[in-house]
Amino acid sequence: MISKVCDLTTAMAHLRSGQTVMVGGFGSPGTPFTLIEGLLAQGANNLDLVKTDANEGGMGISRLIEAKRVKKIIISHLGLNSVVIGMKNRQEVEVEFYPQGILAEKIRAGGAGLIAILTDIGIDTIIRENKQVVELDGREALVELALRADVALIHAAIADRAGNLVYAKTSQNFNPLMAMAADRVIVEAERVVEIGELSPDAIHTPGAFVDHVVELGTLSSAYEVLKHHVL
Amino acid sequence: MSYKEKIARRAAREIEYGNLINLGIGIPTLISGYLNPEDGICIHSENGILGMGRAVQLAEADRNLIDAGGVYVDVESGAAFFDSAVSFALIRSGRLDITFLGALEVSAQGDLANWIIPGKLTPGIGGGMELAQKAKRVIVTMTHTDRNGNPKIVPNCLLPLTARGCVNMIISDLAVIAVDSGRLVLRELAEGVSVSEVVSKTAASLHIPDTELPTF
Repeated sequence: MISKVCDLTTAMAHLRSGQTVMVGGFGSPGTPFTLIEGLLAQGANNLDLVKTDANEGGMGISRLIEAKRVKKIIISHLGLNSVVIGMKNRQEVEVEFYPQGILAEKIRAGGAGLIAILTDIGIDTIIRENKQVVELDGREALVELALRADVALIHAAIADRAGNLVYAKTSQNFNPLMAMAADRVIVEAERVVEIGELSPDAIHTPGAFVDHVVELGTLSSAYEVLKHHVL
Repeated sequence: MSYKEKIARRAAREIEYGNLINLGIGIPTLISGYLNPEDGICIHSENGILGMGRAVQLAEADRNLIDAGGVYVDVESGAAFFDSAVSFALIRSGRLDITFLGALEVSAQGDLANWIIPGKLTPGIGGGMELAQKAKRVIVTMTHTDRNGNPKIVPNCLLPLTARGCVNMIISDLAVIAVDSGRLVLRELAEGVSVSEVVSKTAASLHIPDTELPTF
């Protein structure tokens, strides 16, 4: 198997303005903070981002949004980010909301080569508006199109050089789904090991989905426990 | 004991041995403080945990282990971690025995509105729609009235719905109210609260049983 390990600058050079970028993470765990910093430094703008939340003000993808590099965010929840809520209200960024599990399933469908999914979630609500409704076996269902991206930015606990990935605890979240749903998949890994070191049984994402692996080395302060979330 | 703790303590009594439950953000989170390990209850967290434990102090906090509200937690013995598609497969396929959620409005028919106040509060949907629509029981824990004293239990929701006809029970700072065959039935009163107070602070019509009501 070939090695996919490269440095941050090389990996981020593949991104272009106007692209759709999926970003893993639910809150801080699983957010690829280093790749996001790399994207900030790289300069691409006019991006569409897909993430389940917008991190918190000054952190993660909020830094890209605050820097006006993002045209639209496709997301399930903004609740912990008053900065982005303010930008949304001032129409400085477009926001498209989905129920969290439907967002996950749209991404999974994109990664699984499907065209769309059918669901009754939200069928009695305003999210039905502007959506195609079909009737099957006497039941109504909303058509939710599969979602793919140009690039996915993924955080893994361990990667081997072939791009096989292992996630830790609640940092798994959207990462394995997004790692299947983009044309180019860039992974930051806390530790990179040699091919053959990971047990094939332990691998969450097979390396075939992964294009580039960036080793993090010492973690920056962005990855630390957020003291304001400790009770 | 604060009114939030009283609501949480009462809500915990709805959970049966071996139940699989989900605790929303806010008052529902406090319910875990009233559960005992011998009750065999398993807590699901939508960010990918079955067997979630309790909130932990800074020294025990693991940067990779939070609940859906971002609070650092631990896990019970036998816990499992999984991705968001698995987590919501579990919710949408109806495996949760109870979900505890907050509310902005609940209607007489058990409609729930808790995700948006158009033009004012637009935090997004999160996992609430799927939890409300698909859990076997939906129990709302909330203050009986809003900050301005307006009733939150209403004949019909004016706010956009989260899900229609999904609520089974409301546990507020004043009362326990069951949604029973399309009507609201007063089941219990908070200590020191009268039937007339509950009725005056409930905009929807309330069925009052003839029997004496228990207190909590």
